[in-house]
Amino acid sequence: MTEALTLGKLRLPDLATLLREDGLLLRTGPFTFRLRSPHAVLARNVRQLYGTMPVLAASTPADFDLAIADGAPWRRFWRRQCRCEFDGKSVFEPLPAAHAYALLEWSMNWCISSHAHQYLIVHAAVLARGDHGLILPAPPGSGKSTLCAALTHHGWRLLSDELTLVDMQDGRLWPLCRPVSLKNDSIAVIRQFAPRAVFGEVTHDTAKGDVVHMAVPEEHLLQVQRPVRARWVVYPRYLAGAATQLVARQRASAVLDLARNAFNFHFQGPEGFERLCDLVEACDCYDFSYSQLSEAMSCFDVLASGAG
Amino acid sequence: MPAPNALTPNLLCAVLMGRGPTPDSADAWMQLLSQARRANLAARLAGVVAASNLDVPYTVRWQLDGACKAQQHMTRLMRLEIRRVVGALRSEDLEPVLLKGAAYLASDLPPATSRHFGDIDVLVLKSDLASAEAALMGGGWINLDALPYDQRYYREWMHEIPPLTHITRGSVIDLHHTIVPPTSVLRVEGAELLAKSIRSEHRPGIRILQPEDMVLHNMVHLFTDGEFDNGLRDLLDLWDLLRHFSRLDGHFFDTLLARSKDLGLSRPLYHALHHLERLSGPMVPVHLAALRDEGRPSLPARLLMHWILSVGLRPQHPSCHRLGDGLARWMLYVRAHWLRMPLRLLVPHLIRKAWLQRFPPPASKSGTAA
Repeated sequence: MTEALTLGKLRLPDLATLLREDGLLLRTGPFTFRLRSPHAVLARNVRQLYGTMPVLAASTPADFDLAIADGAPWRRFWRRQCRCEFDGKSVFEPLPAAHAYALLEWSMNWCISSHAHQYLIVHAAVLARGDHGLILPAPPGSGKSTLCAALTHHGWRLLSDELTLVDMQDGRLWPLCRPVSLKNDSIAVIRQFAPRAVFGEVTHDTAKGDVVHMAVPEEHLLQVQRPVRARWVVYPRYLAGAATQLVARQRASAVLDLARNAFNFHFQGPEGFERLCDLVEACDCYDFSYSQLSEAMSCFDVLASGAG
Repeated sequence: MPAPNALTPNLLCAVLMGRGPTPDSADAWMQLLSQARRANLAARLAGVVAASNLDVPYTVRWQLDGACKAQQHMTRLMRLEIRRVVGALRSEDLEPVLLKGAAYLASDLPPATSRHFGDIDVLVLKSDLASAEAALMGGGWINLDALPYDQRYYREWMHEIPPLTHITRGSVIDLHHTIVPPTSVLRVEGAELLAKSIRSEHRPGIRILQPEDMVLHNMVHLFTDGEFDNGLRDLLDLWDLLRHFSRLDGHFFDTLLARSKDLGLSRPLYHALHHLERLSGPMVPVHLAALRDEGRPSLPARLLMHWILSVGLRPQHPSCHRLGDGLARWMLYVRAHWLRMPLRLLVPHLIRKAWLQRFPPPASKSGTAA
């Protein structure tokens, strides 16, 4: 057999045809999506950002059938729109067509967080050193994604920048390995920090400002089947001019905070609470403030070296 | 005409009634799951799969499990919310009659199992409307964004006041004084239903409609409403209720048909039973067939109604779509309005609605769904 065919090796027109017709099968962590879309910007970004993913056989069963379709028919040629369609229904408000790829990423997150309740899903970035997981929960604007992108290129393995999947059976954290979304100023910061990183096209003027996605390094993708145990929960906060500071945080407050940041905590009943308590019990918890990425990196190196 | 899709148009209904061939491939199962989710019936499908021990692909399995978790949570919330509604109304010494989903849940009736719950429907005497609304407002449920015109539309012509939304929890109450609009061709006195209402065996302080009225309300709601988003779910509720009540009472259908005649609801009952029997097999005892057919419309009307209602009762999923569905759904919508109001009210109302939709007043523009 020859080397496995990857999405990046498909010609762009062929990939676009797949997306328009039969659907493109994309495996990300435990989930398989069948994606359909007529939008060229989406095809280009998928090829760029998921280029190292294998081309799956057409018979592979998909978990989610997702379309980023056109908006209203009369908006096809003038101020074209894109729209997320799932179960034959529009899920969000339509967006300008130029946002098609960003909408795809958000829609994939939505599919997972609103259906995959075999996981407790926390809105947090998650990375690993060896088999030790690092969870970074944080509200938007706290520099979570920036930190996550930088750590990805500093010896930490990326599991996900948005969704932490806690297996309800055994509490392990499962990788999703999806591109990291970067916003506004952090785009330039990470381009400078990680010159070898692969980026998609910038989507301008979204609800969150300018957005670009950074591809997952191939060696991380190869370990997508390797779950980890949570070892640290760190609440990052970017503060201009602040000194790098790692302060221990009470475990009880970490449990409450993770529950608040979870998409489906309420669906899990008492088991969800037990699961979170067990998870935090095994972790060191910190509040982390920073302004210099390089200092932040050394701080996390120190953290990792203490894992034993 | 050859079917454009692999599945029969209402396979979901057949599977949920235990009558259909179950899907034979992973793709077909996924399509069925997707239809079920679209029709708010995923948890019910999960129940059928578990009860019949059906072999489903892994991906369908975990999605059904997830739907069950979500449904159980919804049920917990609904139970809490019912307690709060009843508590709020008790402050005004009102003993409310719960309708539909809330009633099934409060009295542990079969449709409550793995059902998708929405609004809480409450029935009070027309003379108690003001005090009920005040009591609910005290509990935190208010008219959130009804425009002055909507207020007038509901309060003058409808059988319910504009929906009351809880300011923090977002739960929605539809407060009714009867089950059909007073302007409708069908007329039912709310007081007549309330007088015959019964105490819930399981929850003291809660009243529900007597069985035949509960069934008739479900039918009227299903077959006079213009929106069929939950059409199949409501039909399955009806199926559950009829099987349950006729098991408890051998003469239930006699009582039901007699009551429908008294209330002038023979027509909706005829349509409901026609579609139920079409999908589930015979239900009405043979000796009652003539009585049932008293509600039957003339042949052309019957054929048209059978077609448009059969479209309405299918999941609104692309894989169930057939040629002409759009027309049928539009006719259902128009018919619902036609039943609801005489033309002299309806025409100005629809013009007004179209105008407001095209040129929304500034206050309602911000309301975009996430």
